[in-house]
Amino acid sequence: MTNLERHSYDVVVIGAGGAGLRAAVEAREAGLRVAIICKSLFGKAHTVMAEGGAAASMGNVNDNDNWQVHFRDTMRGGKFLNHYRMAELHAKESPDRIWELEQWGALFDRTAEGKISQRNFGGHEYPRLAHVGDRTGLELIRTMQQRIVALQQKDGKTYASMESHLKVFPELTVTEIIKEDGKVAGVYGYWRETGAEVLFEAPAVIIATGGVGKTFKITSNSWEGTGDGHALALKAGANLVDMEFLQFHPTGMVWPPSVRGILVTESVRGEGGVLTNTNGERFMFKYIPDVFKDKYADNEEEADRWYTDQDNNRRPPELLPRDEVARAINTEVKAGRGTEHGGVFLDVSKRLTAEVIKKRLPSMWHQFYELAGVDITKEPMEVGPTCHYVMGGVEVEPDTAAAVGVPGLFAAGEVAGGMHGSNRLGGNSLSDLLVFGRRAGMGAAEYVKGAKAVAVSEASIKAAADRIEAPFTRSGGENSYSLHAELQEITHNLVGIIRTGSELKEAIEKIAEIRKRSANVSVAGGRKFNPGFHLAFDLDNMLLVAESTAKSAISREESRGGHTRDDFPQLDNKWRQINHIASFDGNVVSVRKQELPALPKELFDLFDVHELEKYMTPEEIAKGGAR
Amino acid sequence: MARKLKMRIWRGDADNGGLQDVTVEANEGEVVLDVIHRVQATQMGDLAVRWNCKAGKCGSCSMEINGKPRLACMTQVASYGDEETITVTPLRAFPVIKDLVTDVSFNYRKAMEIPSYEPPANLKPGEARMEQVDVERSQEFRKCIECFLCQDTCHVIRDHEENKKSFAGPRFFIRIAELDMHPLDTLKNRKQKAQEEHGLGMCNITKCCTEVCPEHIRITDNAIIPMKERVVDVKYDPLRWLGTKIRKREGIV
Repeated sequence: MTNLERHSYDVVVIGAGGAGLRAAVEAREAGLRVAIICKSLFGKAHTVMAEGGAAASMGNVNDNDNWQVHFRDTMRGGKFLNHYRMAELHAKESPDRIWELEQWGALFDRTAEGKISQRNFGGHEYPRLAHVGDRTGLELIRTMQQRIVALQQKDGKTYASMESHLKVFPELTVTEIIKEDGKVAGVYGYWRETGAEVLFEAPAVIIATGGVGKTFKITSNSWEGTGDGHALALKAGANLVDMEFLQFHPTGMVWPPSVRGILVTESVRGEGGVLTNTNGERFMFKYIPDVFKDKYADNEEEADRWYTDQDNNRRPPELLPRDEVARAINTEVKAGRGTEHGGVFLDVSKRLTAEVIKKRLPSMWHQFYELAGVDITKEPMEVGPTCHYVMGGVEVEPDTAAAVGVPGLFAAGEVAGGMHGSNRLGGNSLSDLLVFGRRAGMGAAEYVKGAKAVAVSEASIKAAADRIEAPFTRSGGENSYSLHAELQEITHNLVGIIRTGSELKEAIEKIAEIRKRSANVSVAGGRKFNPGFHLAFDLDNMLLVAESTAKSAISREESRGGHTRDDFPQLDNKWRQINHIASFDGNVVSVRKQELPALPKELFDLFDVHELEKYMTPEEIAKGGAR
Repeated sequence: MARKLKMRIWRGDADNGGLQDVTVEANEGEVVLDVIHRVQATQMGDLAVRWNCKAGKCGSCSMEINGKPRLACMTQVASYGDEETITVTPLRAFPVIKDLVTDVSFNYRKAMEIPSYEPPANLKPGEARMEQVDVERSQEFRKCIECFLCQDTCHVIRDHEENKKSFAGPRFFIRIAELDMHPLDTLKNRKQKAQEEHGLGMCNITKCCTEVCPEHIRITDNAIIPMKERVVDVKYDPLRWLGTKIRKREGIV
């Protein structure tokens, strides 16, 4: 193609959420020329939705906190399926990443001493989340967006143009990661505005595309969460690890419909919000698992005292890890004690005054009042589980964020797997994307030093271009909107929060069926800003994600974190040693088992051995960690 | 519960376009973006609309609804009368790309012209100490979701393309105010630069921007007016002017 728009960079970052921007900053500061590609406008990424905060053991509010405590909490939350090295790096480096944001102009809420304030959150032993009211994600995005501008201004003084070394390409969809001779050579995509195609040649590509929520019917994710990076990586020959683990946030709005799926931040529970069923019963006391009995109050009096005296009381069970709360709500609803819309009540109005609620949870109040006419200072919210976060993702080397098996490919943030094990703690995603966004930027910089740019062949360009053109060459084929809706029904009903073998088998067959039909999608209208055309590509990605998830889920015969099997309701310590690795041969996704790296002795020794006995086999305990 | 809603949707591109009538189902509790999506899925597969979070947090779905700049995700269908037709058009201050999508790159260019935050040179990570009350002033402006409704409604540029070159607009006046009030920022003369380089003087405080802000940021009262007052102080008070020249007390302005 002679008139194809071409660019050449050292590294291309796909995704401009927290992880992508942090990676871009790091790569630029290491001297690389960097392109940032995003499907939306600059600064609109899903990171803005994160409300609660970023977990980092700065110890500003309780100086007993340190990285070891954070590490332990993260491993417990993930039911010890986390890649230990990722959890370790994350716990150790988060405080520096938060302080760094402050150096770039972020304005976090303060303690009385003027330090960064930290709040309590589910699964975290101490107040640990740096926050800005309930709009912490927006503060992160804006700070890094402005950091990008600052770097561009600096380049403007050194070079002729502010955008010569660091440029944002907004509203551009990547359809392909191109490899030549087994290595990354660039990416191919199209401008959403015009449909015109673009080639970026680059020896390193960082995937930071976030999540997969749109694969499901009820989700807190925006249209962007279509698993693009998961699918791009699979197609480029990378692996997806543990795709069965999806976090259903326990408290999404189920009613009214204009806010369906939207999250009610865990801070509402952290600030004293209480969950009740339609009988008015505060039901969470019934659902405290044995492993948490010593940390959570089993009666209302103690739970209520905790809000004022945290040293001498156990925490309220509303603050159990997310999977426990989600499962409890699901059980209540199934037992007929839920609302007609399939939810339960979450009420903060009885404990706090209207003034305090508006001060501590301003966006929450504002959002529900304006979007749905619900006044949370006066009435309870109707909440239930909504698909929120995928723990599974691209298999990476922890220190460099390099995708296993594909030289030149990196992944960070939600799209990467391993860090959170089977369940992510709230607050650990914002710190995850800072820690591993930076490491991906460093990893790419290191790789580029030793790698030569590989020219993209004409054959690769033609193949990528043909694929984009295909839906326009068909007419009267399948409608991508309807196929998407069908896929969402399947995943919601058969691969959702509670799973069984027979339903998963049915889901795998049905997903394959839709995939066959999706090969015949046709698109009405032209290429210019055409959502039907855009969805045709997103659909392809979501189908690969759904297939990976269903196939991993049917293989894992136990219940753990974000994977609950009705037919295998127990945690099984043998399964803790197993990761599922999904790969793609161009036709089907296959899933194999791989041994999880063992906890090294120095990390093993951070735990009470009796606690580890709940998660590990006697043989593992006897070994006492890897040496 | 569900009712038939009459809508008029602007369709077209930079060259030509016009309003098209549609009738679409609307359910209880839905917002305008919900019904636009229904139109897209059932009647106009190629209708272009920008959106993202559908929760009033990202500022993508800015458009004009019955002539008023609004976020489509924050506008309830029920706020209009049962027989009322809802008319949706693209933002008027920016060039149309297609249908309800406009080219807002003007704003990103302006963002690059505002001098960035400058921390104190010797401040180490984790050592910053600020009072909550001091950070709150800037935090108000950092609530901005960059929906650019304030830019769209601002009459300085709404129908005056020629002013765009020398006028940054309300979104960037609050950005300057935010940095100016940042307890640790060390760059001097932000207010003068706002006046001299970014067109602060062209604003005649009609407060239209404040009225349309979905985050209820008091753009005029808390950012624009305080900056204007202090710029004027320095410009017209000969003693203070002299003071800045003699003692180089730029920091106080």
